[in-house]
Amino acid sequence: MQRTDMYTHREKRLTIVGGGLLGAAIGYGAAKAGAEVTILDQGDNALRASRGNFGLVWVHGKGTTMPPYVDWTLQGLRLWPEFQEELLNRTGVDSGLENPGGFWLGFSEAEVEKRATALEGINKNGTKVPFEILDRSDLRNYLPGIGDAVVGGSFCPLDGHANPLMLLRALHMGLNQLGARVVNGVTVTDIQHDAPDGRFVAVADDGTRWSGDRIVLAAGLGNASLASHLDIHAPVLPTRGQVLITERLQPFLHYPTNKCRQTKEGSVQLGSTAEDTGVDDGTTSDKIEWLVRRGVETFPALADAKLVRAWGALRPLTPDGYPIYQESERFPGGYVVSSHSGVTLAASHAELLGPWVSGLTQTPPEFTSFRGERFLDTDSSFSNGY
Amino acid sequence: MATEPYFVIPAKPGSSTVTITFEGRKIVVPAGISVAAALLAGGVGVFRTSIVSAAPRAPFCMMGVCFECLVEIDGISGRQSCMVPVTDGMAIRRQEGSSALDVSEGAKDDV
Repeated sequence: MQRTDMYTHREKRLTIVGGGLLGAAIGYGAAKAGAEVTILDQGDNALRASRGNFGLVWVHGKGTTMPPYVDWTLQGLRLWPEFQEELLNRTGVDSGLENPGGFWLGFSEAEVEKRATALEGINKNGTKVPFEILDRSDLRNYLPGIGDAVVGGSFCPLDGHANPLMLLRALHMGLNQLGARVVNGVTVTDIQHDAPDGRFVAVADDGTRWSGDRIVLAAGLGNASLASHLDIHAPVLPTRGQVLITERLQPFLHYPTNKCRQTKEGSVQLGSTAEDTGVDDGTTSDKIEWLVRRGVETFPALADAKLVRAWGALRPLTPDGYPIYQESERFPGGYVVSSHSGVTLAASHAELLGPWVSGLTQTPPEFTSFRGERFLDTDSSFSNGY
Repeated sequence: MATEPYFVIPAKPGSSTVTITFEGRKIVVPAGISVAAALLAGGVGVFRTSIVSAAPRAPFCMMGVCFECLVEIDGISGRQSCMVPVTDGMAIRRQEGSSALDVSEGAKDDV
Protein backbone atom coordinates (compact mmCIF):
# COMPACT_ATOMS: atom_id res chain seq x y z
CA MET A 1 0.00 0.00 0.00
CA GLN A 2 1.11 3.58 -0.74
CA ARG A 3 1.94 5.76 2.21
CA THR A 4 0.07 9.05 2.26
CA ASP A 5 0.97 12.12 4.28
CA MET A 6 2.05 11.75 7.90
CA TYR A 7 -0.27 12.23 10.81
CA THR A 8 -1.41 15.49 12.12
CA HIS A 9 -1.68 15.19 15.88
CA ARG A 10 -5.40 15.67 16.09
CA GLU A 11 -6.08 12.66 13.84
CA LYS A 12 -4.26 10.11 15.92
CA ARG A 13 -6.99 8.92 18.27
CA LEU A 14 -8.39 5.67 16.88
CA THR A 15 -11.36 3.90 18.46
CA ILE A 16 -11.94 0.24 17.59
CA VAL A 17 -15.25 -1.37 18.48
CA GLY A 18 -14.51 -5.05 19.08
CA GLY A 19 -11.51 -6.75 20.70
CA GLY A 20 -11.66 -10.13 18.96
CA LEU A 21 -9.08 -11.42 16.51
CA LEU A 22 -10.05 -8.79 13.95
CA GLY A 23 -10.19 -5.73 16.19
CA ALA A 24 -7.12 -6.77 18.18
CA ALA A 25 -5.02 -7.42 15.04
CA ILE A 26 -6.01 -4.11 13.44
CA GLY A 27 -5.43 -2.28 16.71
CA TYR A 28 -2.02 -3.90 17.08
CA GLY A 29 -1.01 -2.82 13.58
CA ALA A 30 -2.39 0.69 14.09
CA ALA A 31 -0.61 1.11 17.43
CA LYS A 32 2.63 0.00 15.82
CA ALA A 33 2.09 2.63 13.13
CA GLY A 34 1.73 5.31 15.81
CA ALA A 35 -2.01 5.60 16.38
CA GLU A 36 -3.40 6.15 19.87
CA VAL A 37 -5.60 3.09 20.02
CA THR A 38 -8.60 2.48 22.26
CA ILE A 39 -10.34 -0.87 21.85
CA LEU A 40 -13.85 -1.19 23.24
CA ASP A 41 -14.52 -4.84 23.98
CA GLN A 42 -17.72 -6.42 25.24
CA GLY A 43 -18.06 -8.41 28.45
CA ASP A 44 -17.98 -12.12 29.10
CA ASN A 45 -21.44 -12.60 27.60
CA ALA A 46 -20.23 -11.53 24.14
CA LEU A 47 -20.65 -13.90 21.17
CA ARG A 48 -16.94 -14.42 20.66
CA ALA A 49 -16.26 -16.01 17.29
CA SER A 50 -12.52 -15.72 17.95
CA ARG A 51 -12.78 -18.22 20.78
CA GLY A 52 -14.44 -20.82 18.58
CA ASN A 53 -12.16 -20.54 15.57
CA PHE A 54 -10.95 -23.89 14.19
CA GLY A 55 -7.43 -22.50 13.74
CA LEU A 56 -6.70 -23.19 10.09
CA VAL A 57 -4.37 -20.85 8.21
CA TRP A 58 -5.73 -21.72 4.83
CA VAL A 59 -6.10 -20.67 1.21
CA HIS A 60 -6.84 -23.67 -0.98
CA GLY A 61 -10.44 -23.86 -2.03
CA LYS A 62 -11.19 -20.29 -0.99
CA GLY A 63 -12.24 -17.55 -3.39
CA THR A 64 -13.97 -19.60 -6.10
CA THR A 65 -16.21 -16.67 -6.93
CA MET A 66 -13.95 -13.76 -5.99
CA PRO A 67 -10.40 -13.72 -7.42
CA PRO A 68 -9.24 -10.68 -5.37
CA TYR A 69 -9.95 -12.67 -2.21
CA VAL A 70 -7.55 -15.40 -3.35
CA ASP A 71 -4.74 -12.86 -3.74
CA TRP A 72 -5.64 -11.22 -0.44
CA THR A 73 -5.49 -14.60 1.31
CA LEU A 74 -2.19 -15.55 -0.36
CA GLN A 75 -0.74 -12.26 0.83
CA GLY A 76 -2.00 -13.06 4.33
CA LEU A 77 -0.20 -16.39 4.31
CA ARG A 78 3.03 -14.76 3.10
CA LEU A 79 2.99 -12.25 5.96
CA TRP A 80 2.16 -14.79 8.69
CA PRO A 81 5.58 -16.36 9.52
CA GLU A 82 7.27 -13.01 10.11
CA PHE A 83 4.26 -11.79 12.07
CA GLN A 84 4.39 -14.90 14.26
CA GLU A 85 8.08 -14.22 14.97
CA GLU A 86 7.42 -10.60 15.81
CA LEU A 87 4.55 -11.41 18.18
CA LEU A 88 6.63 -14.11 19.86
CA ASN A 89 9.61 -11.79 20.31
CA ARG A 90 7.49 -8.95 21.60
CA THR A 91 5.24 -10.90 23.96
CA GLY A 92 6.83 -14.30 24.55
CA VAL A 93 3.50 -15.87 23.53
CA ASP A 94 3.65 -18.49 20.79
CA SER A 95 0.68 -18.30 18.41
CA GLY A 96 1.60 -21.79 17.30
CA LEU A 97 1.84 -21.23 13.55
CA GLU A 98 2.84 -24.35 11.62
CA ASN A 99 2.57 -24.46 7.84
CA PRO A 100 3.49 -27.92 6.59
CA GLY A 101 0.71 -27.78 3.97
CA GLY A 102 -2.88 -28.88 4.45
CA PHE A 103 -5.21 -31.59 3.17
CA TRP A 104 -8.82 -31.46 2.12
CA LEU A 105 -10.34 -34.95 2.35
CA GLY A 106 -13.28 -36.29 0.33
CA PHE A 107 -15.56 -39.25 0.95
CA SER A 108 -16.68 -39.90 -2.65
CA GLU A 109 -15.21 -39.82 -6.17
CA ALA A 110 -17.79 -37.24 -7.17
CA GLU A 111 -16.84 -34.99 -4.27
CA VAL A 112 -13.12 -35.22 -5.13
CA GLU A 113 -13.79 -34.52 -8.81
CA LYS A 114 -15.88 -31.49 -7.93
CA ARG A 115 -13.05 -30.30 -5.71
CA ALA A 116 -10.47 -30.70 -8.51
CA THR A 117 -12.66 -28.72 -10.92
CA ALA A 118 -13.16 -25.95 -8.36
CA LEU A 119 -9.42 -25.67 -7.64
CA GLU A 120 -8.60 -25.54 -11.37
CA GLY A 121 -11.30 -22.91 -11.78
CA ILE A 122 -9.74 -20.70 -9.10
CA ASN A 123 -6.41 -20.64 -10.92
CA LYS A 124 -8.09 -19.90 -14.28
CA ASN A 125 -8.78 -16.49 -12.83
CA GLY A 126 -5.06 -15.77 -12.90
CA THR A 127 -4.11 -16.59 -9.33
CA LYS A 128 -1.56 -19.23 -8.47
CA VAL A 129 -2.62 -21.51 -5.66
CA PRO A 130 -0.47 -24.64 -5.87
CA PHE A 131 -2.40 -27.86 -5.28
CA GLU A 132 -2.30 -31.55 -5.94
CA ILE A 133 -5.12 -34.12 -6.15
CA LEU A 134 -4.32 -37.40 -4.44
CA ASP A 135 -5.97 -40.79 -4.12
CA ARG A 136 -6.23 -42.73 -0.90
CA SER A 137 -2.92 -44.57 -1.25
CA ASP A 138 -1.08 -41.28 -1.99
CA LEU A 139 -2.77 -39.73 1.03
CA ARG A 140 -1.63 -42.58 3.29
CA ASN A 141 1.99 -41.63 2.63
CA TYR A 142 1.30 -38.32 4.39
CA LEU A 143 -1.59 -39.26 6.66
CA PRO A 144 -0.99 -42.76 8.02
CA GLY A 145 -4.09 -44.29 9.54
CA ILE A 146 -6.55 -42.68 7.17
CA GLY A 147 -9.75 -44.72 6.85
CA ASP A 148 -11.17 -46.50 3.82
CA ALA A 149 -14.05 -44.03 3.78
CA VAL A 150 -11.64 -41.39 2.48
CA VAL A 151 -11.55 -41.73 -1.30
CA GLY A 152 -9.11 -38.97 -2.12
CA GLY A 153 -8.25 -35.40 -1.40
CA SER A 154 -6.36 -32.28 -2.29
CA PHE A 155 -3.15 -30.89 -0.86
CA CYS A 156 -1.81 -27.34 -0.84
CA PRO A 157 1.75 -26.78 0.44
CA LEU A 158 0.95 -23.23 1.62
CA ASP A 159 -1.68 -24.18 4.18
CA GLY A 160 -1.24 -24.66 7.90
CA HIS A 161 -2.72 -23.95 11.29
CA ALA A 162 -2.23 -21.90 14.45
CA ASN A 163 -3.66 -21.64 17.95
CA PRO A 164 -6.50 -19.07 17.87
CA LEU A 165 -6.58 -18.56 21.65
CA MET A 166 -2.85 -18.02 21.95
CA LEU A 167 -2.94 -15.68 18.95
CA LEU A 168 -5.65 -13.62 20.61
CA ARG A 169 -3.63 -13.55 23.83
CA ALA A 170 -0.46 -12.54 21.98
CA LEU A 171 -2.30 -9.70 20.22
CA HIS A 172 -3.72 -8.40 23.49
CA MET A 173 -0.34 -8.57 25.21
CA GLY A 174 1.17 -6.79 22.22
CA LEU A 175 -1.50 -4.08 22.41
CA ASN A 176 -0.70 -3.59 26.06
CA GLN A 177 3.03 -3.29 25.39
CA LEU A 178 2.42 -0.79 22.60
CA GLY A 179 0.45 1.41 24.99
CA ALA A 180 -2.97 0.74 23.47
CA ARG A 181 -5.95 0.86 25.78
CA VAL A 182 -8.35 -2.10 25.88
CA VAL A 183 -11.57 -1.46 27.79
CA ASN A 184 -13.73 -4.46 28.63
CA GLY A 185 -17.44 -4.57 29.35
CA VAL A 186 -18.40 -1.88 26.83
CA THR A 187 -21.40 -2.62 24.60
CA VAL A 188 -21.55 0.05 21.92
CA THR A 189 -25.04 0.81 20.67
CA ASP A 190 -24.64 4.10 18.79
CA ILE A 191 -22.04 6.03 16.78
CA GLN A 192 -22.26 9.83 16.69
CA HIS A 193 -20.48 12.16 14.28
CA ASP A 194 -19.01 15.61 14.76
CA ALA A 195 -20.37 15.78 18.28
CA PRO A 196 -19.07 18.53 20.62
CA ASP A 197 -16.82 15.92 22.27
CA GLY A 198 -15.35 14.29 19.19
CA ARG A 199 -15.40 13.59 15.48
CA PHE A 200 -16.57 10.02 16.13
CA VAL A 201 -18.18 9.14 19.43
CA ALA A 202 -19.02 5.54 20.30
CA VAL A 203 -21.89 5.53 22.76
CA ALA A 204 -22.31 2.52 25.06
CA ASP A 205 -25.57 1.07 26.36
CA ASP A 206 -24.82 2.58 29.79
CA GLY A 207 -24.47 6.04 28.27
CA THR A 208 -20.66 6.27 28.47
CA ARG A 209 -19.08 8.09 25.51
CA TRP A 210 -15.79 7.21 23.82
CA SER A 211 -14.51 9.84 21.45
CA GLY A 212 -11.85 9.61 18.75
CA ASP A 213 -10.72 11.04 15.43
CA ARG A 214 -11.19 7.74 13.62
CA ILE A 215 -13.30 4.69 14.27
CA VAL A 216 -13.25 1.06 13.17
CA LEU A 217 -16.23 -1.23 13.57
CA ALA A 218 -14.85 -4.74 14.10
CA ALA A 219 -17.77 -5.90 16.18
CA GLY A 220 -18.43 -9.26 14.51
CA LEU A 221 -22.17 -9.86 14.45
CA GLY A 222 -22.62 -6.42 16.02
CA ASN A 223 -21.56 -4.82 12.74
CA ALA A 224 -24.95 -5.74 11.24
CA SER A 225 -26.63 -3.00 13.27
CA LEU A 226 -23.68 -0.63 13.90
CA ALA A 227 -22.45 -0.23 10.30
CA SER A 228 -25.49 1.80 9.26
CA HIS A 229 -24.25 4.58 11.59
CA LEU A 230 -21.36 4.95 9.13
CA ASP A 231 -23.73 4.65 6.16
CA ILE A 232 -22.25 1.26 5.25
CA HIS A 233 -24.25 -1.87 4.44
CA ALA A 234 -22.97 -4.88 6.43
CA PRO A 235 -25.58 -7.66 6.49
CA VAL A 236 -23.58 -10.05 8.71
CA LEU A 237 -25.41 -13.16 9.90
CA PRO A 238 -24.50 -15.91 12.38
CA THR A 239 -23.66 -19.46 11.26
CA ARG A 240 -23.01 -21.80 14.14
CA GLY A 241 -20.01 -24.10 14.13
CA GLN A 242 -19.70 -26.87 16.71
CA VAL A 243 -16.29 -28.41 17.31
CA LEU A 244 -14.92 -31.18 19.52
CA ILE A 245 -11.57 -31.72 21.13
CA THR A 246 -9.93 -34.91 22.35
CA GLU A 247 -7.51 -35.61 25.14
CA ARG A 248 -3.89 -34.88 24.31
CA LEU A 249 -2.49 -37.69 22.19
CA GLN A 250 0.98 -38.55 20.98
CA PRO A 251 1.61 -36.91 17.59
CA PHE A 252 0.21 -38.95 14.70
CA LEU A 253 -1.40 -36.35 12.42
CA HIS A 254 1.33 -34.17 11.00
CA TYR A 255 -0.80 -32.04 8.67
CA PRO A 256 -3.99 -30.10 9.29
CA THR A 257 -7.03 -31.30 7.35
CA ASN A 258 -10.43 -29.77 6.69
CA LYS A 259 -12.04 -32.33 9.03
CA CYS A 260 -9.61 -32.52 11.91
CA ARG A 261 -6.22 -31.31 13.03
CA GLN A 262 -3.86 -32.24 15.83
CA THR A 263 -2.65 -29.27 17.83
CA LYS A 264 0.93 -28.72 18.90
CA GLU A 265 -0.17 -29.74 22.40
CA GLY A 266 -1.47 -33.08 21.10
CA SER A 267 -5.25 -32.75 21.27
CA VAL A 268 -7.23 -33.45 18.12
CA GLN A 269 -9.81 -30.90 17.13
CA LEU A 270 -12.76 -32.18 15.09
CA GLY A 271 -14.86 -29.73 13.18
CA SER A 272 -17.04 -28.27 12.22
CA THR A 273 -20.74 -27.89 11.64
CA ALA A 274 -22.48 -25.08 9.78
CA GLU A 275 -25.91 -24.40 11.22
CA ASP A 276 -28.43 -21.66 10.90
CA THR A 277 -29.56 -21.40 14.51
CA GLY A 278 -29.78 -17.68 15.11
CA VAL A 279 -27.78 -16.38 18.06
CA ASP A 280 -27.64 -19.74 19.90
CA ASP A 281 -23.99 -20.77 20.36
CA GLY A 282 -24.72 -23.99 22.27
CA THR A 283 -23.95 -27.62 21.46
CA THR A 284 -26.29 -30.46 20.49
CA SER A 285 -25.82 -34.21 20.88
CA ASP A 286 -26.85 -34.99 17.29
CA LYS A 287 -24.15 -32.72 15.84
CA ILE A 288 -21.55 -33.99 18.28
CA GLU A 289 -22.40 -37.52 17.17
CA TRP A 290 -22.14 -36.50 13.50
CA LEU A 291 -18.71 -34.95 14.05
CA VAL A 292 -17.50 -38.02 15.95
CA ARG A 293 -18.76 -40.38 13.24
CA ARG A 294 -17.06 -38.34 10.53
CA GLY A 295 -13.84 -38.13 12.54
CA VAL A 296 -13.72 -41.88 13.10
CA GLU A 297 -14.44 -42.55 9.41
CA THR A 298 -11.54 -40.26 8.55
CA PHE A 299 -9.14 -41.75 11.10
CA PRO A 300 -10.53 -45.04 12.51
CA ALA A 301 -7.97 -45.01 15.35
CA LEU A 302 -9.79 -41.95 16.75
CA ALA A 303 -12.41 -44.40 18.04
CA ASP A 304 -10.00 -44.99 20.94
CA ALA A 305 -9.52 -41.30 21.74
CA LYS A 306 -11.41 -39.69 24.59
CA LEU A 307 -13.31 -36.49 23.92
CA VAL A 308 -12.88 -33.87 26.60
CA ARG A 309 -14.95 -30.94 25.37
CA ALA A 310 -17.44 -29.72 22.78
CA TRP A 311 -18.36 -26.13 22.08
CA GLY A 312 -20.20 -23.94 19.66
CA ALA A 313 -19.45 -20.50 18.26
CA LEU A 314 -21.07 -18.19 15.73
CA ARG A 315 -19.23 -17.26 12.55
CA PRO A 316 -20.04 -13.68 11.56
CA LEU A 317 -20.67 -14.38 7.88
CA THR A 318 -21.53 -12.04 5.06
CA PRO A 319 -23.96 -13.45 2.44
CA ASP A 320 -21.09 -14.47 0.11
CA GLY A 321 -18.64 -15.40 2.87
CA TYR A 322 -16.09 -12.78 1.78
CA PRO A 323 -15.05 -9.85 3.94
CA ILE A 324 -16.18 -6.27 4.08
CA TYR A 325 -13.32 -3.75 4.30
CA GLN A 326 -14.70 -0.30 3.66
CA GLU A 327 -14.15 3.32 4.60
CA SER A 328 -17.29 5.41 4.83
CA GLU A 329 -17.64 7.97 2.03
CA ARG A 330 -20.12 10.02 4.00
CA PHE A 331 -18.01 9.91 7.18
CA PRO A 332 -14.31 9.65 6.19
CA GLY A 333 -12.23 8.16 8.97
CA GLY A 334 -14.97 5.66 9.78
CA TYR A 335 -14.35 2.05 8.74
CA VAL A 336 -16.28 -1.22 8.75
CA VAL A 337 -14.36 -4.51 8.80
CA SER A 338 -16.09 -7.91 8.80
CA SER A 339 -14.27 -11.19 8.27
CA HIS A 340 -14.63 -14.66 9.73
CA SER A 341 -11.04 -15.60 8.82
CA GLY A 342 -9.46 -13.95 11.83
CA VAL A 343 -6.63 -16.48 12.02
CA THR A 344 -5.74 -16.91 8.33
CA LEU A 345 -5.76 -13.15 7.81
CA ALA A 346 -4.32 -12.04 11.16
CA ALA A 347 -1.04 -10.78 9.72
CA SER A 348 -2.76 -8.81 6.93
CA HIS A 349 -5.25 -7.35 9.34
CA ALA A 350 -2.40 -6.09 11.51
CA GLU A 351 0.20 -5.08 8.95
CA LEU A 352 -2.04 -3.77 6.16
CA LEU A 353 -5.39 -2.80 7.70
CA GLY A 354 -3.74 -1.29 10.82
CA PRO A 355 -1.98 1.51 8.90
CA TRP A 356 -4.96 1.85 6.53
CA VAL A 357 -7.51 2.63 9.23
CA SER A 358 -4.95 5.00 10.76
CA GLY A 359 -5.11 7.03 7.57
CA LEU A 360 -1.49 6.29 6.67
CA THR A 361 -2.10 4.29 3.50
CA GLN A 362 -4.53 4.63 0.63
CA THR A 363 -7.36 2.20 0.05
CA PRO A 364 -5.97 -0.65 -2.11
CA PRO A 365 -7.78 -0.78 -5.48
CA GLU A 366 -8.86 -4.40 -4.92
CA PHE A 367 -10.90 -3.32 -1.89
CA THR A 368 -13.67 -2.21 -4.28
CA SER A 369 -14.54 -5.94 -4.30
CA PHE A 370 -14.95 -5.90 -0.52
CA ARG A 371 -17.55 -3.17 -0.26
CA GLY A 372 -20.83 -3.92 1.48
CA GLU A 373 -23.01 -2.49 -1.32
CA ARG A 374 -22.44 -5.66 -3.32
CA PHE A 375 -25.21 -7.22 -1.24
CA LEU A 376 -27.69 -4.56 -2.36
CA ASP A 377 -27.58 -5.82 -5.97
CA THR A 378 -30.99 -7.44 -6.35
CA ASP A 379 -29.87 -9.32 -9.49
CA SER A 380 -27.27 -11.27 -7.53
CA SER A 381 -27.71 -14.29 -5.31
CA PHE A 382 -25.15 -15.27 -2.71
CA SER A 383 -23.80 -18.38 -1.05
CA ASN A 384 -21.40 -18.11 1.85
CA GLY A 385 -19.58 -21.36 1.11
CA TYR A 386 -20.79 -23.03 4.29
CA MET B 1 8.95 -45.03 47.09
CA ALA B 2 6.85 -45.06 50.26
CA THR B 3 3.76 -47.23 50.03
CA GLU B 4 2.34 -46.25 53.40
CA PRO B 5 -1.10 -44.94 52.38
CA TYR B 6 -2.10 -41.36 53.19
CA PHE B 7 -5.71 -42.46 53.12
CA VAL B 8 -7.46 -45.28 54.95
CA ILE B 9 -10.87 -46.67 54.13
CA PRO B 10 -12.39 -48.01 57.37
CA ALA B 11 -13.51 -51.61 57.05
CA LYS B 12 -17.23 -52.13 57.49
CA PRO B 13 -18.10 -55.44 59.10
CA GLY B 14 -19.60 -57.81 56.56
CA SER B 15 -18.82 -55.62 53.50
CA SER B 16 -17.50 -57.36 50.40
CA THR B 17 -14.11 -56.72 48.80
CA VAL B 18 -12.60 -56.95 45.32
CA THR B 19 -9.00 -57.51 44.26
CA ILE B 20 -7.41 -55.19 41.74
CA THR B 21 -3.81 -54.82 40.58
CA PHE B 22 -1.71 -51.69 40.12
CA GLU B 23 1.44 -52.24 38.05
CA GLY B 24 0.99 -55.94 38.88
CA ARG B 25 0.74 -55.45 42.65
CA LYS B 26 -2.44 -56.87 44.20
CA ILE B 27 -4.61 -54.55 46.28
CA VAL B 28 -7.72 -55.71 48.15
CA VAL B 29 -10.29 -52.93 48.44
CA PRO B 30 -13.94 -52.51 49.41
CA ALA B 31 -16.38 -53.11 46.56
CA GLY B 32 -18.20 -50.12 45.11
CA ILE B 33 -15.54 -47.45 45.60
CA SER B 34 -13.80 -45.57 42.78
CA VAL B 35 -10.49 -46.70 41.31
CA ALA B 36 -8.90 -43.44 42.50
CA ALA B 37 -10.06 -43.98 46.09
CA ALA B 38 -8.90 -47.60 45.93
CA LEU B 39 -5.43 -46.68 44.69
CA LEU B 40 -5.00 -43.89 47.25
CA ALA B 41 -6.01 -46.27 50.05
CA GLY B 42 -3.67 -48.85 48.54
CA GLY B 43 -0.69 -46.54 48.92
CA VAL B 44 -0.31 -45.42 45.31
CA GLY B 45 1.26 -41.96 45.10
CA VAL B 46 1.97 -41.39 41.42
CA PHE B 47 -1.00 -42.06 39.14
CA ARG B 48 0.45 -40.57 35.98
CA THR B 49 3.16 -38.32 34.64
CA SER B 50 2.42 -34.94 33.11
CA ILE B 51 2.24 -34.80 29.32
CA VAL B 52 4.01 -31.45 29.33
CA SER B 53 6.70 -31.78 32.01
CA ALA B 54 6.74 -35.50 32.93
CA ALA B 55 6.15 -34.40 36.55
CA PRO B 56 4.38 -36.91 38.81
CA ARG B 57 0.63 -36.41 39.29
CA ALA B 58 -2.08 -37.66 41.64
CA PRO B 59 -5.84 -37.07 42.05
CA PHE B 60 -6.90 -33.56 42.97
CA CYS B 61 -10.66 -33.03 42.60
CA MET B 62 -12.00 -36.61 42.91
CA MET B 63 -15.09 -35.54 40.98
CA GLY B 64 -14.26 -35.81 37.28
CA VAL B 65 -13.09 -32.30 36.59
CA CYS B 66 -9.32 -31.97 36.91
CA PHE B 67 -8.07 -34.94 34.83
CA GLU B 68 -5.11 -35.38 37.22
CA CYS B 69 -6.02 -38.99 38.14
CA LEU B 70 -5.69 -40.55 34.67
CA VAL B 71 -4.58 -44.19 34.58
CA GLU B 72 -4.70 -47.12 32.18
CA ILE B 73 -7.48 -49.56 33.10
CA ASP B 74 -7.66 -53.00 31.46
CA GLY B 75 -5.60 -51.80 28.51
CA ILE B 76 -7.49 -48.56 27.92
CA SER B 77 -5.34 -45.52 28.58
CA GLY B 78 -6.28 -42.08 29.82
CA ARG B 79 -9.22 -43.05 32.01
CA GLN B 80 -10.40 -40.84 34.85
CA SER B 81 -9.91 -43.16 37.81
CA CYS B 82 -12.14 -41.10 40.11
CA MET B 83 -15.11 -41.77 37.81
CA VAL B 84 -14.69 -45.54 37.41
CA PRO B 85 -15.89 -48.01 40.08
CA VAL B 86 -13.56 -50.89 40.91
CA THR B 87 -14.38 -54.40 39.67
CA ASP B 88 -12.77 -57.65 40.66
CA GLY B 89 -9.63 -58.45 38.66
CA MET B 90 -9.25 -54.96 37.23
CA ALA B 91 -5.69 -54.41 35.95
CA ILE B 92 -4.52 -50.83 36.37
CA ARG B 93 -1.30 -49.25 35.18
CA ARG B 94 0.26 -45.85 35.58
CA GLN B 95 -0.45 -43.42 32.71
CA GLU B 96 2.92 -42.31 31.34
CA GLY B 97 2.46 -39.10 29.35
CA SER B 98 -0.19 -38.93 26.64
CA SER B 99 -2.10 -41.79 25.11
CA ALA B 100 -1.02 -43.10 21.73
CA LEU B 101 -3.33 -44.14 18.91
CA ASP B 102 -2.38 -47.05 16.70
CA VAL B 103 -2.49 -45.70 13.15
CA SER B 104 -0.53 -48.52 11.56
CA GLU B 105 -2.04 -49.99 8.40
CA GLY B 106 -5.02 -52.23 9.02
CA ALA B 107 -5.06 -51.49 12.73
CA LYS B 108 -8.69 -50.43 12.75
CA ASP B 109 -10.13 -51.30 9.37
CA ASP B 110 -12.96 -53.17 11.01
CA VAL B 111 -14.43 -50.04 12.59
